[in-house]
Amino acid sequence: MSKEILVEATKLTKKFGDLVAVDAVDFEIYKGENFGFLGPNGAGKTTTMNMIQSVSPLSGGKLTVAGKDITYEAREIKYKIGVAPQEDNLDPDFTVIENLLVYSRYYDIAKQKAKTKANELLKFMQLEEKRDVIIPALSGGMKRRLILARAMMNEPQILILDEPTTGLDPQARHLIWSKIKELQKQGVTVILTTHYLDEASQLCDRILIMDQGKIIEKGKPSDLIKKHVGYEVLEALNSEESMQCLKDVFPDARIDVVNDKIQLFANKPRGVLAKTLEKISFKGGIIRDSNLEDVFLKLAGRSLKD
Amino acid sequence: MGQKFSLFQIPKLSYRVLKVWMRNKDVFMKTYKTNFLPSLLEPILYLVAFGLGLGGFVQTINGEPYVNFIAPAIVSVSMMYSAFYECTYASFVRMYFQKTFDAIVATPVNMEEVITGEILWGATKSLINSSIVLAVITAAGLVSSPLFLLIPLVAFFVGFLFASIAMCFTAIVPNIDAFNYPAFLFITPMSLLSGTFFPLTAMPQVVQTIVHFVFPLTNAVDITRALTLGNIETSILFSLAWMLIVAPIFFVLAINLMKKRLIK
Repeated sequence: MSKEILVEATKLTKKFGDLVAVDAVDFEIYKGENFGFLGPNGAGKTTTMNMIQSVSPLSGGKLTVAGKDITYEAREIKYKIGVAPQEDNLDPDFTVIENLLVYSRYYDIAKQKAKTKANELLKFMQLEEKRDVIIPALSGGMKRRLILARAMMNEPQILILDEPTTGLDPQARHLIWSKIKELQKQGVTVILTTHYLDEASQLCDRILIMDQGKIIEKGKPSDLIKKHVGYEVLEALNSEESMQCLKDVFPDARIDVVNDKIQLFANKPRGVLAKTLEKISFKGGIIRDSNLEDVFLKLAGRSLKD
Repeated sequence: MGQKFSLFQIPKLSYRVLKVWMRNKDVFMKTYKTNFLPSLLEPILYLVAFGLGLGGFVQTINGEPYVNFIAPAIVSVSMMYSAFYECTYASFVRMYFQKTFDAIVATPVNMEEVITGEILWGATKSLINSSIVLAVITAAGLVSSPLFLLIPLVAFFVGFLFASIAMCFTAIVPNIDAFNYPAFLFITPMSLLSGTFFPLTAMPQVVQTIVHFVFPLTNAVDITRALTLGNIETSILFSLAWMLIVAPIFFVLAINLMKKRLIK
């Protein structure tokens, strides 16, 4: 991956009255990477996306996209990005193909070229059969794919996806994921927000975790897992006995109690947990690979945010 | 930078306003058959009820039969209604329920251009609907001057004014039901009291002057009536000047109020 910076935020700030939605954050996104914004509701993810796509003016700081300052060259930047918003804003007055064609006009794409591109994208998103169907007749997954196709009409360098699979069934999610991966292979830089940690680990080269307008961590998912929770987690039923035993054996480990379960993060190399448990013949626990969710819950806390 | 809004900031516009206009035109063309019939039937209904029905009991006005007097007013009222309803209820649906504006501003088109495109479309609806009414009254033999051919031009301009006023309301209403206030307190009274169904000369001069200033429709009716009946008076210049001054003010105000509502 080349290290050309495509999006760069310096002390990026957004205020709504007294509320600081995005609080002087710094980040950079490289060309060709798949970058994920994670965080609980109200963390400032969508607000950040709105600033990158230049529909929301900055309250402070600086943001450049493809070398252009968002505050002064919004129009030029908008030609280079495609946006798939969180909400369905397809045009219900038009059919599937008309949605793409009407949209292409906003980018000054010539009619014939737009037709070719629209048909190509419908094929790519497996919507060919729905070409002349009106929007209310589409399923949630189809609408999402059409929004993605629409975002690709102007052949963008950067694709912004705000919660691309929220509310979809597993089949529809996997289809969207595979399409996003294919687009990334074609060289598109993807910036997405998500609540789903499995989605972030599936799709993102690097992630950034936000909470209350601030960045609390960023990096490669695997690095973050290694750094914060280690390779493996031990889960066992919660009892005083087990707790005492584990505390004795792993005095340095972090132990969380979640519902009726103990989670033990020993942060040891792979296999060490299993060997130690064998020695003390501890029963009733399972060892699993740690994941991004463990990192997220450690960093963002378990309490409900909204 | 920041979110400092001025209510009279001059918008920066480009040819892209036409793309927004075309989006609305395309939707209209898909359903023009259902759009066409009400615009055709409504003026016929008015002419029959007020012109032939009520007109039989009414003396001539300035030497014109009553039906000839009200015919141009029906054309003007249709200008006002089409533009006003297009840029209140219809624009609100596109803005709030369909999120069409949000979808468009994600492209190189900006919010000022979206609102301008909407207002130009409202003006176009005024032109289309009032031209249908004009065709009806012409066919009914109620037009006596070739100047009537200028009326579609007037319709676009009057439509632009009412679309801009409507868009100001759209920018400030909390929800779609709130349009009942401007519709019943402003538009309906105006359609009845703007020299439409009875001449304003029946009222004291002071009232006439006030009505000309606060009811934009009065000026539209004066111009349209002069053009259908062919009696151009100098007071028409006042009506024209008034609208030429007021329309750009409401237009700029509408754009800035909408930006205030929508750009977060």
